[in-house]
Amino acid sequence: MNLWITISLIGLMTYGIRLSFIALAGRLQLPSQVEDALRYVPVAVLTAIVVPDLVYHNGALDLSPDNARLIAGIIAIGIAWRSRNILLTLIGGMGILWILRFAFHLP
Amino acid sequence: MNTRTGEFWSGVRAELPILVGTIPFGLIYGVSALSQRISAVFAQAMSGIIFAGSSQFVVAQLINATVPVAIIVVTGVIINLRHILYSASLAPYTRHLPRRWKVVLAYLLTDEAYAVTILHYRTPGDATHRHWYFLGAGLALWMTWQLSTAAGVFLGAKIPAAWSLDFTLSLTFIAFVIPVLKDRASIIAALVAGVGAVAAYQLPLHLGLLVATALGIVAGVGIQRMRKAE
Repeated sequence: MNLWITISLIGLMTYGIRLSFIALAGRLQLPSQVEDALRYVPVAVLTAIVVPDLVYHNGALDLSPDNARLIAGIIAIGIAWRSRNILLTLIGGMGILWILRFAFHLP
Repeated sequence: MNTRTGEFWSGVRAELPILVGTIPFGLIYGVSALSQRISAVFAQAMSGIIFAGSSQFVVAQLINATVPVAIIVVTGVIINLRHILYSASLAPYTRHLPRRWKVVLAYLLTDEAYAVTILHYRTPGDATHRHWYFLGAGLALWMTWQLSTAAGVFLGAKIPAAWSLDFTLSLTFIAFVIPVLKDRASIIAALVAGVGAVAAYQLPLHLGLLVATALGIVAGVGIQRMRKAE
């Protein structure tokens, strides 16, 4: 019973966080400086999600060329830069990762 | 003008590359929750009630470790704090919607739905029905999360870890970010956020992500101000 209350509380509060500004926006106007700053949220948050996934391996920083995710990620950045194509970036990145993993046995 | 159904299905389509990574993540969550001696029904209920992958993983572990309820709740919620940024970032675009739309879209607001939706809202063109795109992206992710956790929880289905399908999330986000790095301020914001995320990686409860994002935003705004002052 306790457990159900636990996850309900987490669910409710998480929902409250998600709803917060979406619900308030009709009633209050954000200062223009804040709206300005929000312009950078997508670029900042997506980069902050991606970079650690490339450079951390099993919880340790690995900037060596033996890090398959790092190499595949860098090549994928190049593909995205040139092609601006999501599917191509996805296929290219996974392809390189699999080659490095299965043919060259990199971690 | 873009139609409602047109926007809805564009949202679903935009979410598809991300779903490749969501499926194994959902399966792993399901299997790992069961190994934490949590009942199948409860593990599935978490996917519906909390609907946030990393938070669910950690909460399942803490429940198994019989940590006090207050600590589990605080931990589970702090991991989801980043959603406040998503909410603030999307709020100007959903401002005009009726309340019934806002309560539904807020429930569907995840990292994955946010990423495609905000980019769509920012592209020029007719924006009349873009909330349908948000709904399509959000529901596609929701369905996939519920079904893949169910497959993990009830069938014990697994995809070999060696396939590294989780990497598709990073690849998709790379494909999203690179094309929008058009001005110096955005590039600096991304660089600072990326380096910041590596430096702050060891912070508990995924707080490194929030810190790094905040640093990136400050850097972007700073550069923008300097350029204006020139």
